[in-house]
Amino acid sequence: MTRTQQIAELVRKCSKKPTPPDPEEPLFDNGYLDSFILTDLVLELENAFGIRIPDSELNPRRFENVEKIEALVENRATRSAG
Amino acid sequence: MASILSFGRYVPERVLASEELAARLGVDPAWIVQISGIEERRIAASDETVVTLGVRAAESCIAGREIGLVIVSSASSERRFPGPAAEIAHQLGLAGIPAIDLPVASAGSLFALTLASQLAPAYGNVLVIAAEKMSAPALAEPLDKNVAILFGDGAGAAIVGQGSGLEILDSALHSDGSYAADLRLEFTGPIAMNGYSVIMQATRKIPAAIAEVLERSKVEAASVAHFLMHQANQNLIDRVAKCVRVPPERFYSNIRRYGNTSSASMLIAAAEWHETAELKPGDYVAFAAFGAGFHWGALLARQA
Repeated sequence: MTRTQQIAELVRKCSKKPTPPDPEEPLFDNGYLDSFILTDLVLELENAFGIRIPDSELNPRRFENVEKIEALVENRATRSAG
Repeated sequence: MASILSFGRYVPERVLASEELAARLGVDPAWIVQISGIEERRIAASDETVVTLGVRAAESCIAGREIGLVIVSSASSERRFPGPAAEIAHQLGLAGIPAIDLPVASAGSLFALTLASQLAPAYGNVLVIAAEKMSAPALAEPLDKNVAILFGDGAGAAIVGQGSGLEILDSALHSDGSYAADLRLEFTGPIAMNGYSVIMQATRKIPAAIAEVLERSKVEAASVAHFLMHQANQNLIDRVAKCVRVPPERFYSNIRRYGNTSSASMLIAAAEWHETAELKPGDYVAFAAFGAGFHWGALLARQA
């Protein structure tokens, strides 16, 4: 499973939707995320990828779709590795 | 070491059920309960003010004690100045002693308890009051359904001083003004709230503050008998419990009946909880709050 697929599956799990979103699908507009589901997703992402997302980066715009979440995860993973 | 010696509370009689509010807002009542856990809230009568609410709550906990200092938290006072503290003190027959206003929404009672614990050695018993008439700004036109559903009116109080009670062991207070715009009430406007920012930051910062005071006192979260949190939203309370890794039942909640009464909520909840809590000596109790500013923190206490 690719990282994109992993993230999409975590979004599906947190949103309790039957299917994962497409990479560019708008997660807020299509009902995958709201403010509370987003907090669950952040926890799942941190646990799944062994990263820590700082409070200052908890901006909904960074979670608008799976592609943006993947960029955030990669950025945090790189910083952790560095 | 200062202790919380007693609690008091007062809520107005008028009940505004979510069904009634939903009809006014044109939303499904089930949506209100789902998104907030709030089934009803109390609304102050037209002749009830932050001052009268605060006086009623204080009267229920003073019990003849001598008071050396009054601290009043309110973010919904009816005027710019003076704040309600001096007038509340006057109406309680406490004119002449210092009375401090703390205009800190939501987290104000937590900040006030901490200040009281540190000032009690100098002033004697400190009367802490948090009184809010949030319905006025929350239900003002134009209505914002995401704000209007949340808030209610009420007041809580506590006496902090020397004696047997809940010993205040430690507290952690924090503020970060970079989020000032995300939850605010201007002099002329309705309550403005960036719900995503508030929920995301609260979900992170409240558990972190609780962990901070627990670690300093070398107390495990699992050892804390009761958690008393600002009653902002049931979904938030449940997520904080999850982050702290304790069963959600350990977080006392009355938001279903009173809604979010801003800084008053934590003390109203504490007073109600304390009426039936079967505390044993050594039981740990953790308080926590988060609100506009952002201001947030936690306080650890132990039953004597």
